[in-house]
Amino acid sequence: MLSLIIFLPLVGGIFILFTSKGNEALMKGVALGTSLGSTIFLVFLTVLYKIGGGMQFVEQHSWISNLGITYHVGVDGLSLPLIALTALLSVLSVVYSWRIEVRLKEYLFLFLLLETGMLGVFAALDFFLFYIFWEITLVPMYFLIAIWGGPRREYAAIKFFLYTLVGSLAMLLAILLMYFNSDPHTFNMLALTQQQPLAGKPVLAALAFWGFFFAFAIKVPMWPFHTWLPDAHVEAPTAGSVILAGVLLKMGTYGFVRISLPMLPDVFRAYAPAVAVLALLGIVYGALVALAQTDLKKLVAYSSVNHMGYVMLGVAAAAAAFGVPEKAAAAATALNGAVFEMVAHGIVTGALFLIVGVLYDYRAHTRGVNEFGGLGVRLPVYTGITTIAMLASLGLPGLMGFVAEFFIFVGSFGIFPYLTAVAVTGVVFTAAMFLWTLQRIFLGPVNERWAALPDMDTREKVSLVPLAVLMVVFGLFPKPLLDMINAAMAVLVTAVR
Amino acid sequence: MNLANLQADLWSLVPELWLVAVGLLALLADLVIPRGRKAAVGVLAMSGVLMALIPVASMIPWQARTVLFGTYAVDGFAVFFKLIAIVATVLVILSAMDAMGRQAFEGEFYVLLVFTAVGLMMMAASTDLILLALAIEYVSLTSYVLAGFLKANPKSNEAGIKYFLFGASASAVMFYGFSFVYGLAGTTNLAQIAVRLAGAPAPALYLALALMLAGFGFKISMVPFHQWTPDVYEGAPTPVAAFLSVGSKAAGFAVLVRVVVGTFDPARVNWVLLIAVLSAVTMTVGNLLALPQRNIKRMLAYSSIAHAGFILIGVAAFQGNFGMPGLLIYLLGYTFTQLGAFFVATLIGTRLGTDEIPDYAGLAQRAPVSALLMAIFMLSLTGIPPTAVFFGKFYVLAAAIDNGLLWLAVVGIVNSVISLYYYVGVIRAMYVMPAPSSAPLVEPAALQVALGVAGLGTLAIGLYPDPVIALARSAAFLLRM
Repeated sequence: MLSLIIFLPLVGGIFILFTSKGNEALMKGVALGTSLGSTIFLVFLTVLYKIGGGMQFVEQHSWISNLGITYHVGVDGLSLPLIALTALLSVLSVVYSWRIEVRLKEYLFLFLLLETGMLGVFAALDFFLFYIFWEITLVPMYFLIAIWGGPRREYAAIKFFLYTLVGSLAMLLAILLMYFNSDPHTFNMLALTQQQPLAGKPVLAALAFWGFFFAFAIKVPMWPFHTWLPDAHVEAPTAGSVILAGVLLKMGTYGFVRISLPMLPDVFRAYAPAVAVLALLGIVYGALVALAQTDLKKLVAYSSVNHMGYVMLGVAAAAAAFGVPEKAAAAATALNGAVFEMVAHGIVTGALFLIVGVLYDYRAHTRGVNEFGGLGVRLPVYTGITTIAMLASLGLPGLMGFVAEFFIFVGSFGIFPYLTAVAVTGVVFTAAMFLWTLQRIFLGPVNERWAALPDMDTREKVSLVPLAVLMVVFGLFPKPLLDMINAAMAVLVTAVR
Repeated sequence: MNLANLQADLWSLVPELWLVAVGLLALLADLVIPRGRKAAVGVLAMSGVLMALIPVASMIPWQARTVLFGTYAVDGFAVFFKLIAIVATVLVILSAMDAMGRQAFEGEFYVLLVFTAVGLMMMAASTDLILLALAIEYVSLTSYVLAGFLKANPKSNEAGIKYFLFGASASAVMFYGFSFVYGLAGTTNLAQIAVRLAGAPAPALYLALALMLAGFGFKISMVPFHQWTPDVYEGAPTPVAAFLSVGSKAAGFAVLVRVVVGTFDPARVNWVLLIAVLSAVTMTVGNLLALPQRNIKRMLAYSSIAHAGFILIGVAAFQGNFGMPGLLIYLLGYTFTQLGAFFVATLIGTRLGTDEIPDYAGLAQRAPVSALLMAIFMLSLTGIPPTAVFFGKFYVLAAAIDNGLLWLAVVGIVNSVISLYYYVGVIRAMYVMPAPSSAPLVEPAALQVALGVAGLGTLAIGLYPDPVIALARSAAFLLRM
């Protein structure tokens, strides 16, 4: 069933390639049908999923038997929420993209290919397969930015491609280092986690760690590897930004939690303070730069740098606590918070990019925060949803972002008290930034230039309301999601200890 | 040697003899087939070469041995290169039918390709310095003619003469190296040379090696013997450039491996470090010079230099289970991908009359299938999975790490990133830049078939490389015996 979920979008995409150019309704239908079908199967899978049952729905088939490479996928409490996030955001993005007119066929094909790649990254349990899925996500994203993006799209697209390719190739070397030091040689990620092939080889382990670090840190992106992000996010088409911020960034943090932490715990502990400092710089820098933006999309983009900094702080804290039994509880808390923040950031920032798109794509055609004012009177539904999303992003209790940040700070404080204390100030800047933005766009005197703007239409409501509902639901009742994550993190922390 | 032995030996030469027969037959057919219908010669030549796959495939499970008094190898290694030669020749003939159909002497063109294929097979299988020298010269001679085939085109003439001058000097230097080896070992047989060189003085060995590398380096476009490549590829007919960039490069690697890896003991002559450094330099120079190119054939020429550097990683990291199979897999994958890229260049060259990359603008609308395949070829050459060249790169990088050449692997990945920039430039032109006219491009059927096969090979090796690994492993295993 897991393979069906992963490859259904690709099958739809290939089908779209062979439909005639004029048949737009069929293409859209197939795109929505396959991504929705994938999501529905995923709901079944989640119902059947047993919390605390370890790796489930595992499928393993021989593939490149000469090198011991298998087709090996499965889900646990870490990957299932991210797979669900991917499927959900993909469906909503397809709905949002309903009005794409330029080169629709290619757009939908690339989008569905991207979805398969992302789902595969989170499900893969074999390094070779993981790498292939990881790289597959690059190509469609390049095209989505380069063809359907904003004015500086070509620059942004090639910058994104070059940056992330540097990272992935460094990861390839790290994977090969792991492979040649394991006995018997294997690409099986579960076996490598158990074997700890580089445990007694500090130099090689450090090389492998930095190889993975480059790949993941560029993807997250951590300060100072973040410079591709504002360009790519701002130039990408709305649905592309949603996927980029909502899912692709999570591939980096997922890699840290799935690979760096359990496979190279000793090295990660040694470098954890450095990683935490970089995370802290990302938090403060992201928040301050976002505060200075007048372009709404850029503002949301930099707020991602800030939020991914929280995630990395939690991961680094957990890594630093490796091997210290009295800090294990704090580590588990920080890690729970980090994974929860991945999901929360995906939902919240995905929603924020859609919100920017609603205003920019079909209404105002400008993103200048200062050019609006008093929109709250004109667009009540839009104002309501934007307010929920921004409040969730700044961490208001009762919404999703708060739960995540709370756990991260509580956990990290037990491990990096000073760093965490500084990191908390980031929340103040974030709050200031979003509240000020809300004020400038929705409050104050009505700007007559926008007097005729219509409120959100059905298509936009369908793509945004589910996200807003999830923010509230998981903000008030995070238990089911937290239980699922916690079970997986408990396994990880004990395995690492 | 009695008659029965000779007969058995001749059975082992069926692919080569068959191709000679096909070539002669095509030559005769060219005499009787009237002008304007010379494509029939091409069809004849192509199907004849294709049929050589049958005897070659039947040789895969054979025991490794040498025939004709130990001068000619019948082993998995030679069979692998026979396969590459057949694939390259068949696809190039298919792709050339449209482009060459407008030229005089069309029939001779196909015949020359068939005879070159025989030479490529002989280069990969020779285990004797004299036969090796003859095979290399034979391939060189036909290649010079092919490069200068467009008689009325000054650029093609220049390509032919340049290739000849560079090639003749490189051969002369290489033969000088051969003479040193002969002087040191007292024999021309490679197997005996490997044994007898053990007692030779190291400085003389270094000298011989350096001289021979000039010749091999010329064939594979290794820096600093690469200068001819862009000029020849640009001036030669595009199908010939395609053929040279895969066929003679592959055969050059076969010779390099047989002579250097097979006879020189790395413990006495540290050629591993030498090749590793040459590999790093070749990759870097090729990629950096490819960056500013606007002409697709020059770009592909520099990229083929860069790939030669990448394949040299496999030679440097020959120890263990990854280097030699990696080299073979890389060469096969590169054959499909590079040929495919050149076929698209052939299509654009004949239909739009241009080789400039900016003129590829809007190809995604005008020829969607060819553009998609070209995008796949470009991504494959960059090393994006799941494609053939990615798997080759994966394998040689693995070999480098297995051999402790981590620095070389790092140079390799840095170069892959650099190469992305110019490969994506082609994709950008095809998909992002607006089309000057929306008229669909006429795509000749034969070229489409060749493109399809190249695309299929590129994706198949990338998605399911298991059979190729098995074949390459057995080929590399036999080499070491």
